Amino acid sequence: MGTATFKGGIHTYEGKELTQDKQTKVLMPKGELVYPMSQHIGAPAKSIVAKGDYVLMGQKIGEADGAISANVISAVSGTVKAVEPRLTSSGLMVESVIIENDNLYKPIEGLGEKRDYAKLSKEQIRSIIKESGIVGLGGAAFPTQVKLTPGDDSKIDTVIINAAECEPYLTSDYRMMLEEPEKIMNGLKIILKLFPNAKGIIGIEDNKPEAIKKLTELVNGEDKIEIKALKTKYPQGGERQLVYAVTGRKLNSTILPYQVGCVVNNVDTAIAIYMAVAESTPLMRRIVTVAGDAVKEPGNFNVKTGTNFREVLEAAGGLTEEPEKMISGGPMMGQALFSLDIPVSKTTSALLCFTKDYVADMEPSSCIRCGRCGYACPAQIIPQKMYICSQNNDAEGFIKLDGMECCECGCCTYVCPAKLSLTQSFRQMKRSILESRKK
Amino acid sequence: MNKLLNVSASPHTRSFATTTTIMQDVAIALVPASLFGIYNFGLRALLVILTCIATCLLTECVYEMAMKKPITTGDFSAVVTGLLLALNMPVSIPLWIPALGSIFAILVVKMLFGGVGQNFMNPALAARCFLLISFAGRMTDFTVSAVGASASSFDYVKSGAIALDGVSGATPLAALKAGETVSLLDMFLGNTGGTIGETSVIAILVGAVYLLIKKVISFRIPVAYLASFAVFVVLFGGKGLDTNFLLAHVCGGGLLLGAFFMATDYATSPITRKGQVVFGVLLGLLTAIFRIFGASAEGVSYAIIICNMLVPLIEKLTYPKAFGKETKANG
Repeated sequence: MGTATFKGGIHTYEGKELTQDKQTKVLMPKGELVYPMSQHIGAPAKSIVAKGDYVLMGQKIGEADGAISANVISAVSGTVKAVEPRLTSSGLMVESVIIENDNLYKPIEGLGEKRDYAKLSKEQIRSIIKESGIVGLGGAAFPTQVKLTPGDDSKIDTVIINAAECEPYLTSDYRMMLEEPEKIMNGLKIILKLFPNAKGIIGIEDNKPEAIKKLTELVNGEDKIEIKALKTKYPQGGERQLVYAVTGRKLNSTILPYQVGCVVNNVDTAIAIYMAVAESTPLMRRIVTVAGDAVKEPGNFNVKTGTNFREVLEAAGGLTEEPEKMISGGPMMGQALFSLDIPVSKTTSALLCFTKDYVADMEPSSCIRCGRCGYACPAQIIPQKMYICSQNNDAEGFIKLDGMECCECGCCTYVCPAKLSLTQSFRQMKRSILESRKK
Repeated sequence: MNKLLNVSASPHTRSFATTTTIMQDVAIALVPASLFGIYNFGLRALLVILTCIATCLLTECVYEMAMKKPITTGDFSAVVTGLLLALNMPVSIPLWIPALGSIFAILVVKMLFGGVGQNFMNPALAARCFLLISFAGRMTDFTVSAVGASASSFDYVKSGAIALDGVSGATPLAALKAGETVSLLDMFLGNTGGTIGETSVIAILVGAVYLLIKKVISFRIPVAYLASFAVFVVLFGGKGLDTNFLLAHVCGGGLLLGAFFMATDYATSPITRKGQVVFGVLLGLLTAIFRIFGASAEGVSYAIIICNMLVPLIEKLTYPKAFGKETKANG
């Protein structure tokens, strides 16, 4: 069998050569740190500190509120300056805890203590993961402990580590595979401990042969862990595409991986799990790729959560010239920024700065029905038809065309020769349909 | 940073393919057939081609100016329409006929229905059928004698290099209909009578391969079309598995030009993969019926424009099942 893959998808300019060979540098924050209480899917956390409180590195400052929520941990020691709404990369103001860094990095008790995870019970592992504020670091930010609690552990037969990193420009996961492969492996072993009947599979796109080599060496002797090379194609790291490529099981928008016996976690999530469980270190850092033609010295940085984007950009040598576009995350699914006064959150994978926004110069024209959107669609629906429905605000027609199966990967928009904003209109349509269902 | 940043919803990147680059690719793919037509039929063929392209561009431009709409002639789609129409003309046609056809193609078939991508019939073919009905005699007159002096420069080349005897004779399909056999080699090279762009199998295939490599078209429609046509010719042709008869039919007339360049027209063919196969099979069936049972030797143009009208129905019936739609949750 060749490399595993899925039907549809696109091949973009990868842009990974800018940063893939750059060793990750640790960045120490200088200014204040901002911790939004909502860095995950689900209910926002409740802040449990007040202005004037002194907090330690590794201390919980936001408490998970409800079943699907996540703790927020301070990555520095210092005084709480304020608890107020601050701008996040989503463009929204979110209630945040602002901490004045005292540069002492005083740890809470027990931080960094080694633990033998083989001796821990499943309940202990899950509660450590929950306490550590770990969420899916691939971008979706779903609370990991919830994901790892599917109800019946015995039904899970495959634990997949998502090491595809299919977004252009991003190399932070790749760097981790080269620099901290043992932690990934051990993180996977910890997850496997929760699911007695499961084997682990690490799926890596075949444009990362070094990473495949490194992890394959580590697998040596483990009969429950396997490395799977995936075809390099966006969105290979999309959950539905990855589960299909690795197991042949097809998910639709209403089915979660655990319902077909799979648990999927990103490589960096696996590292976070290892750090929390084996080294008593909660989620306090993020690997951020800084790249794009407006960046002087593109690279990867090990950044404390809460650090201002401006400092991250400075660490990369600053700008070569005025950028026209800045993106938090990758160019396919990332968020365009209008300000750099935004904190690095748990899910910040990249900061991309471009001198030219060539998309803005592309004039949309009439659809010529070339069908490329349909060939590129990993959900195997026809965006061309859905677009007509969304233009006419025809919710019923949109649903009939399986428009709700759209995963908003952006492939159709990418290939469209008429430069129509397909994904964007589907996103809006889906939101309004979901809103009206709630009523 | 003093400049305001551009903010937009993802994705923030696009492929560089545009409507213009696609249409340019189609035009490039038609170059071999056009060049061969000019070589084969003389400079007058070039004149017909230029007349069609110029009239198409002018019609689109004038219409858009009159309607105060953005001018879209730069997207090359009118060039492709003009070129295709010209390649479907006999060389001896009086120039006002292709000019009239071009106006009909762009004005009636394309612009009145909303412009590029909105037409429900292939403009070039609809115009050809319009001309076939209106000027049946002139549209099916494949003698080159009427060309007269304009072809003289090429006559010299012809008599010196390859003697193109077949050029002024009946088309291969007419010969087949009359029960004669035809030379497959002549058809392959294009050494036969017919419209400007349809005679040379090799020139058409070179263009088709270019479109396939550039992924402008897929195999689905042409292969389904040609395969189903071949099957129906074997079944109803009355000659059984007569290879010469079958191949002459497949290579003859406008079938290859139609299968690769006109049946694959985006606006007028199904967008669904399955639908494209269904469309191709229907085209093969209709073309075979027209050719074998019809009064005229040719049938491709009518088959394609009839199937164009079935496209919305075909698309409706072949809408794909979304990925994983049938999966049931387990636990």
